[in-house]
Amino acid sequence: MSKTLNNHFKSEIDIHHMVLAVDEVCANLIIHSHNCDPNKSIDLFVDIKKKEVIIEIQDTGNGFNISNYQEPTINEIIVEKKKGGLGLMLVKRIMDKVEFIKSNNNNICRLKKKILTSK
Amino acid sequence: MITIQTNKEEDFYIIKVSGDVDASSSIHLDNKIGEIIKTEKKILVDCNDLQYISSAGLGVFMSYIHEMEEGEIKMVLFGLGNNVKNVFHILGLDQLINMVESKEDAKNLVDAI
Repeated sequence: MSKTLNNHFKSEIDIHHMVLAVDEVCANLIIHSHNCDPNKSIDLFVDIKKKEVIIEIQDTGNGFNISNYQEPTINEIIVEKKKGGLGLMLVKRIMDKVEFIKSNNNNICRLKKKILTSK
Repeated sequence: MITIQTNKEEDFYIIKVSGDVDASSSIHLDNKIGEIIKTEKKILVDCNDLQYISSAGLGVFMSYIHEMEEGEIKMVLFGLGNNVKNVFHILGLDQLINMVESKEDAKNLVDAI
């Protein structure tokens, strides 16, 4: 993932952010969509266009319904010791667009980010 | 892959975290901090060799803020690389968790707060 992006992005921070965003989505899917079943897999597609990068993370598990996701406040995380919820917050801050789509048996998480400083 | 080493300097308890703190490895850091806050009051986290942190790692640090305040336990992180520091910054957590450049700065800050 870093290698693929490295050819197209100048900023090390941008690359690191996108790798992090993909890690967060995959970790969520493994835990919530796959119930940590090691036999299930995730497909990752990275499409680099002139002005934006589109990353698709696909799986066939239970999926993730973003409409059920309520972003916690920082205070809730501290006081209630909620360890979840921060991941999607990061993904939403990092990427320009985050979509969850259900297509036949596939769950697709599509992340988009504009390329501002391409090589 | 995560490695956690600990040692004591004066009354400071130092946790050196190396490698990646992500969804699969953060449990080790969580267990270590959970264990030492039972006895230690001045905790420094050496992040010089911390290469990567994801939300699971952030969650570990966040989840002890309340307990540390109540127990008057001080914790300061030091030596964070730009990538790691930036992850805290995205969510504004660098305002809630003490982080400085060097071990000396960390010792001074723990004694001052």
